Amino acid sequence: MTRDEILQQLGDRFSRDITSVYEKSAKRVYFEIPAAALVPMAQFIFKDLRARFNIASAVDGREQMEILYHFTAEEADLVLSLRITLPKEKLEVDSLTPVFTAAHWIEREIHELFGIHFKGHPKLERLLLPEDWPEGVHPLRKDYKEWDPGAIRDRGV
Amino acid sequence: MGIFEKAFLKSLWVFHLATGSCNNCDIEILDCLTPRHDIERFGMLLTGSIKHADVLMVTGAVNRQCIPRIKRVYEQMPKPRLVVAIGECALSRGVFMQSYNCPMPLDHVIPVDVYIPGCPPRPEAIMAGLLKLIERRKTNHARDGRDA
Amino acid sequence: MAKTIIPIGPYHPLQEEPEFFILTVEGETVVDIDLRIGYNHRGIEKLCEGQTYDQVTFVVERVCGICSTSHPFAYTQAVEDILSIEAPPRAQYIRTIIAEGERLHSHLLWLGLAGHFLGYNTIFMWAWKLREEILDVMEILSGNRNNYAMFKVGGVLRDIKKEDIPSVLKKIDSIVPTLEKLRSAVMDDPVLHARTKGIGVLSREAAIDYCAVGPTARASGIARDVRKNSPYGAYDQVDWNMIVTENGDVFDKVLVRISEMFESIKILKACLTRLPGGEIDCLVKEIPPGEGIGHIEAPRGECFHYVRSDGTNRPARHKIRAPTFMNLPTFRETVIGGKIPDAAITLAAIDPCYCCTERMAVRNLKGRKLYTGEDLIRLSQEKTDQIKAEMGR
Repeated sequence: MTRDEILQQLGDRFSRDITSVYEKSAKRVYFEIPAAALVPMAQFIFKDLRARFNIASAVDGREQMEILYHFTAEEADLVLSLRITLPKEKLEVDSLTPVFTAAHWIEREIHELFGIHFKGHPKLERLLLPEDWPEGVHPLRKDYKEWDPGAIRDRGV
Repeated sequence: MGIFEKAFLKSLWVFHLATGSCNNCDIEILDCLTPRHDIERFGMLLTGSIKHADVLMVTGAVNRQCIPRIKRVYEQMPKPRLVVAIGECALSRGVFMQSYNCPMPLDHVIPVDVYIPGCPPRPEAIMAGLLKLIERRKTNHARDGRDA
Repeated sequence: MAKTIIPIGPYHPLQEEPEFFILTVEGETVVDIDLRIGYNHRGIEKLCEGQTYDQVTFVVERVCGICSTSHPFAYTQAVEDILSIEAPPRAQYIRTIIAEGERLHSHLLWLGLAGHFLGYNTIFMWAWKLREEILDVMEILSGNRNNYAMFKVGGVLRDIKKEDIPSVLKKIDSIVPTLEKLRSAVMDDPVLHARTKGIGVLSREAAIDYCAVGPTARASGIARDVRKNSPYGAYDQVDWNMIVTENGDVFDKVLVRISEMFESIKILKACLTRLPGGEIDCLVKEIPPGEGIGHIEAPRGECFHYVRSDGTNRPARHKIRAPTFMNLPTFRETVIGGKIPDAAITLAAIDPCYCCTERMAVRNLKGRKLYTGEDLIRLSQEKTDQIKAEMGR
């Protein structure tokens, strides 16, 4: 399947959901979609277009959080990124783990580093941070402040 | 120098502990064992159990999850025990100094005898550091006559 | 039968991502596995937000000591994607040379450790001795054994001197016979066949579902290699083959990696002989607001970087995804249903965790029986000895 066919199919099928399409270059395309359209669209890309899930990256903007889900269509040499935005008051989105297992770890990681809740995730537990890390502190948010008074941040010379 | 100290310095058994390192120092420690460098000619042997070890080699920018485990491993070590910090991360945390998950350098967690700088230190540097450690213990012993 | 829990970890020397495995076994069979990582979490993504674009290159080099080229490579690709520029041809060739040298030493390192876990310490010593030669080559080319610091946004930092090329080519040629010998020693050994064939099978469907990358996916019959699918550097200008095998077991993973080493040598030699002239970097003044994605094929699989720029001289967000992050969860497929002595090599086969086995402990639920990691390697080695005895060797 070529690049144009993929974009054509996505455009036809999800014409009402896609807010905007940004074709950065021949190899990179970004779709902006509402959070509600994420699961059907990701499912279509993964199952029907046979694209591979790369990873999701969450970004803490000033007013809202963004999550980008990156997929690679290997035959077409194309990276598709689905961008959803979440308001800071309601950081919640449907989990993709039931669609493909590959999303399991990254959703756990985003959950603990950004504090975004994934509805329907089978095991939303800590992945990277230690057990004694305080609840509600998410280190990758922009407003993260050092919470540990015992931390030493100079070289001591 | 008593027979005990003499035997101790003749064959140091090394235990290697990674505390959130990038692997480079760990690979270089293993490299010391391989045919080109062959650290075993100095009587040193990498051991799999801390209970058999004389030297604790620590690499990595001490990570929050690792701090209690480093202390536990150190307490399990039989005396006399020596600690060697390998690589810039174990010395001062290097580029990871501002990291939220690396709150303190290694020497605030356990006492360190020898620091081997480098990112990563070459196998030759690691061997030189260990030999200096032996040398220093010998001279200290000759001067002060103390064991530990 | 009573279930037994085996905690593995968290400490393992020589691996990029220490993790803590909890194996549940019934008798000899593994029935469940749970993973816990984070013993190596240093918050690099947060640190990168505080560094300038030039500094980040060196921070990401310290993500992993073995793939110390892959991460800067992917990062520079991502920033160049923001800028919509490409490095000059000579820089692309130099990048390819360094990346392939790294793949060569990484695969040898893995082969040695896999041999160690199977009870073949000779393979360990041979492979690591050979690896020293490649590190020498890298030292000639870049000035350091590891952490080559060759990359910058828009090109490379150091040129390869014309005078060095003949000696490097000679050195690469000199390791080929030993590598051939090593390959036949590993591939023709009936004991190794018995220990690795049909063990830890990752099916094609599971590999797709877990989105496995690199040799792990290629051993399961998926033709997935960023170097072929989305050529970068000089990979589309030299002749090489993607190695894909069908079975997905440990033996195939060994086969893929060993065959890839020969392909790497092919690429290295072609790049060194055909190195074009010209500039090694292009002028990068400021990074405009925007976002970029870079992905390259690291020794263990696809390495993915996403960089968001807000127009300042520091990235607003930098997401790093190492290949192991996708490959590690496949243990649920490969280890469950296998036997304890095979767990060590199955865990080692994917390449992240050859050393978790060094810190393995088998513990009965009542806490009576206690094996250490050494015991597990010993169990693995004893099984090899037993097969050897049965075969009358």
